[in-house]
Amino acid sequence: MADNLLIGEHLAKGINIEGLRKRYGEGDTAVDALKEVNMRVAPGEVVGLVGPSGSGKSTLLKCLGAVIEPTAGRMTLGEQVIYDNGWKIGDLRALRRDKIGFVFQAPYLIPFLDVTDNVALLPMLAGHPNAESRSRALALLQALDVAHRAKAMPSQLSGGEQQRVSIARALVNRPPVILADEPTAPLDSERALAVIRILNQMALQYETAIIVVTHDEKIIPTFKRIYHIRDGKTHEEAGEGRPFE
Amino acid sequence: MISLAGRDIMHAWGKFVFTGVGLGLLIGVTLTMAGVYRGMVDDAKALLDNSGADLWVVQKDTLGPYAESSSLYDDVYRSILGISGVARAANITYLTMQVREAASEGGRDVRAMVVGVVAGGPGEPGQPSYLVSGRQITRGHYEAVADIATGFQLGQRIQIRRNHYTVVGLTRRMVSSGGDPMVFIPLKDAQEAQFLKDNDAIVQQRRRTAGNPAFNRPGVPDLLSQVIASQSTNSFVNAVLVQIKPGVTAEEVAEPIRRWKRLQVYTRTQMEGILVGKLIATSAKQIGMFLVILAIVSAAIVAFIIYTLTLGKIREIAVLKLIGTKNRTIAGMIMQQAVGLGVIGFVVGKVAASFWAPIFPKYVLLEPGDAIRGFFAVMVICVLASLLAIRAALKVDPAEAIGG
Repeated sequence: MADNLLIGEHLAKGINIEGLRKRYGEGDTAVDALKEVNMRVAPGEVVGLVGPSGSGKSTLLKCLGAVIEPTAGRMTLGEQVIYDNGWKIGDLRALRRDKIGFVFQAPYLIPFLDVTDNVALLPMLAGHPNAESRSRALALLQALDVAHRAKAMPSQLSGGEQQRVSIARALVNRPPVILADEPTAPLDSERALAVIRILNQMALQYETAIIVVTHDEKIIPTFKRIYHIRDGKTHEEAGEGRPFE
Repeated sequence: MISLAGRDIMHAWGKFVFTGVGLGLLIGVTLTMAGVYRGMVDDAKALLDNSGADLWVVQKDTLGPYAESSSLYDDVYRSILGISGVARAANITYLTMQVREAASEGGRDVRAMVVGVVAGGPGEPGQPSYLVSGRQITRGHYEAVADIATGFQLGQRIQIRRNHYTVVGLTRRMVSSGGDPMVFIPLKDAQEAQFLKDNDAIVQQRRRTAGNPAFNRPGVPDLLSQVIASQSTNSFVNAVLVQIKPGVTAEEVAEPIRRWKRLQVYTRTQMEGILVGKLIATSAKQIGMFLVILAIVSAAIVAFIIYTLTLGKIREIAVLKLIGTKNRTIAGMIMQQAVGLGVIGFVVGKVAASFWAPIFPKYVLLEPGDAIRGFFAVMVICVLASLLAIRAALKVDPAEAIGG
């Protein structure tokens, strides 16, 4: 009941993808990486995107992340149309900075910035004052239970801590959507489930729609909704929604 | 906004400092090369300054005693003294040769410019203008004043040709245009030294002269001895140095000497032009070529280092671009790092050049103006060298941060 309510009320504010296509090349050498992608993710919802290698997961993620341009289709972020057979946003860099959070397979923290500045960099890039940016970063680090490593350099953190910092970085500008590219791949079962739990908590707390690309068998059962992608087409199915512990 | 370049430098300071030290040593060599050129020019000016002359009277159609051989009769100075506006005139000879310590004092060889001067007090043209110890030459023979760069000591005995001299005074910064230290000796001794032959050669010459029927005439018994006497004396000098009276221009005095004495006369400006423009011009071009090559090598090294450092951060740059960092922020980071490397390199280079310049055998003059010009040149080189790395960074696709 609660899930239906969540999807029903907030769907329009999440991310909607309709008929997204992506073709590489032209003529005889053209390859259709995405043929028909339809997705809807509501704010506060974490969905899984699973599929075999070469199915188009990374291409979809790059299209959603406004890194490559789709060939056709429509994407809306909240109530804003960002793509409709062409980009509707002039500054894609600002779109990525302010509206989309990224969590990668490896944390890819900036090695020469400490934990706080790794997180605070995004609001600083968006023009927020340094003090305010650091304050927001510290609040998130507190929420993610890594505030005690705020002054540490990334190389001094464990893998789990680095991933939590990267989640904080993805959330710090309060984006409506976070794209997580196999965020649990380098982690053991316990830590992988901990990361998924955190993502779910953060999704609810910040009303963020989170898409987790994965083929990690440990975490797939935790999703309530899963999009399977195969040969460039998505198929939605209900997940098990198992508890994280 | 935090300084990404500054944080990166602080994070990998060891790499930057060591790279900067390497670059700095190269910059130090570049500054030293410029200093060598400045030193040559300064040596040339010091040579003119220390001569105490306003005019150089030399053999007609020659460039004077420093650039070409010049030979004048040693009584020419008397007629020059009679020209209006001339305050003092003195003969001088220059001869670059090996000066030896007396065998009893080590017998060390020193390459020096031996200057034959008329004994007299300070202010006499050609005399060393100041001494750091001892006194000026006061006797007509066998006394010497040496530049301290020769390493000779006061009271030391030195040998020039077959004669021994006592060092009675020491002076400083008295060098030839080639940077050789000067040794001043009395004019008569210098004239003799210029043409003195060894004993065997003298015997051979006398035998030849005696064998020549034109000189050895039975009816003229004194002719042979007179001819031999004239062969063993030297009545030539290389130049006459002239000081002019106050209120008279150099050209006003030079003109009548050229016209009536039919000799070549150079003013201070002309002589400086000969020394800098002709004597050390080839060396200057040589050094200029070195400077150009060193600048290119420095630029290539900075470009290579910054390019390599940037390639090592491709993934971070992709992440930065993905999360919305502007291109100009990334370009600024790389350029600031290149400039930072240049600043470290310049400081190291300046310190290194200041440290090793005094060790050089010839005078190396490190001018503040050259240092400032060098600093800006390093900055320009660093900025240009960073362009390659910036180009590489701007070509990084933010999609590289996403797998697949």
